Amino acid sequence: MTAIGPDTRITLGHGMRFQWEPSQEAHVLLYPEGMVKLNDSASAVLKHCDGRRVSEILEALHTQFPDADLDADVHAFLEDAHERGWIRAGE
Amino acid sequence: MNAAGSAPGNDPGSPLWFLAELTYRCPLQCAYCSNPLDFARYREELTTDEWLRVLREVRQLGAVQLGFSGGEPLVRKDLEILVAEARKLGFYSNLITSGVGLDGDRLAALKEAGLDHVQISFQAATAELSDDVAGRAQFAHKEAMAREIRRQGYPMVLNVVLHRRNLDQIEEILQMAADLGADYVELANTQYHGWAYLNRTALMPSRRQLLHAEEVANRWRKRMEGRMKIYFIWSDYYEGRPKPCMNGWGTTFIGVAPDGSAIPCHGAAMLPGPALPSVREHGLDWIWRESELFNRFRGTEWMQEPCRSCPERGKDFGGCRCQAYLLSGDAAVTDPTCSLSPLHERVRHAVERADLPGAPAEQPLLLRNARHSRQLSEAENSPEPDPATTEQR
Ligand code: SF4
Ligand code: SF4
Repeated sequence: MTAIGPDTRITLGHGMRFQWEPSQEAHVLLYPEGMVKLNDSASAVLKHCDGRRVSEILEALHTQFPDADLDADVHAFLEDAHERGWIRAGE
Repeated sequence: MNAAGSAPGNDPGSPLWFLAELTYRCPLQCAYCSNPLDFARYREELTTDEWLRVLREVRQLGAVQLGFSGGEPLVRKDLEILVAEARKLGFYSNLITSGVGLDGDRLAALKEAGLDHVQISFQAATAELSDDVAGRAQFAHKEAMAREIRRQGYPMVLNVVLHRRNLDQIEEILQMAADLGADYVELANTQYHGWAYLNRTALMPSRRQLLHAEEVANRWRKRMEGRMKIYFIWSDYYEGRPKPCMNGWGTTFIGVAPDGSAIPCHGAAMLPGPALPSVREHGLDWIWRESELFNRFRGTEWMQEPCRSCPERGKDFGGCRCQAYLLSGDAAVTDPTCSLSPLHERVRHAVERADLPGAPAEQPLLLRNARHSRQLSEAENSPEPDPATTEQR
């Protein structure tokens, strides 16, 4: 399994789609025959998981939330999301 | 009201799952098919324009997962048009197919139109057994199509309905799924509705077969961790508790049959009562919120004892209404697969019979085809055939 470091490129998992669902009033992750409803912090990170490197994702989040110290949380989330198959980690 | 679901008149919320049963035509004849026994009567299929309108209205209601199913949905020449509209509307679309009638060009065209995922069903791990339970199943072609699905980059669910005749092939089935590169394998034990109820005696496995198959599935789950997800789904007959059917009637699921009848679960067409509401006569919003059918078993008000005062009622919703009707003649009773049901012994007896050595394996299967369907419909007035009597013939 790939360790997730600053240079790792993150994409959504195979067959996953990320979108805003008006009826849920939330972002969701869709996959074959299922759906997860995302909280605000999960969707803030997943929004940037389009092949960018982890360092770039963090940069984008820092711009969006300048006062927050979020690196550790984002790493923990990415590890967890990777385990669940929501994202893929590559070089 | 303190339980899940809502009483008629309250806002039922949004459905999440929409099943478009495009047609009941199908080149296969699976003896466990969940289509209605009288499927041959469904001649007047919705037109392309009618389906397009239905897709828009259901999306408006909030549904996001969409299954194109049947019968065999590939039989419909307009599938690409419907998939394209679904994509435009923001649905996540799943094609639920046997792979028969598929080819590489069609798969590519569907991908181009925006299809997200393909679920392909297999009957067994060998051509011989596949033909035995599904008529001419075209096993080699299905294998080729599974490979093609993966080659074109679709996520693939490989689905196998399990029963007495194929459970002992579980090792070979999982090997096949791994070789074909499935992302998910759904090993779904037969649910005894529709044609499967008719063939119940021949299909029901012994408990030993089930336990063995589950053990093999667990072993493979470990081996394939991170590469292939394996789901092994028991039949409620053997569990003593019913399934939370449809996640609660009228809460999550809405289906439309080929002729435009709206259904709150796969088997609703056989329930007694007023005719099913049709999308040809009503808007989907009205059907979902107001129709008698979608409100009939919403919430917990309709329940009888023992469900009515059971702490589980918000979890399993009293089980499956169609199964309750099939096994008791009353759709509102506790699902007899529940050990608390006063009728549970009917289920227990069936399970015990399946454990007896020998006999059931020799039972012939009644294949799902138009001829048998018409014969069954002609046997009017006669209630649902009872496998207990079929067995004695
Ligand atoms: S279960 Fe078999 S017969 Fe029924 S629709 Fe599916 S492929 Fe056709
Ligand atoms: S009695 Fe009804 S609610 Fe209670 S477990 Fe059985 S089916 Fe579920």
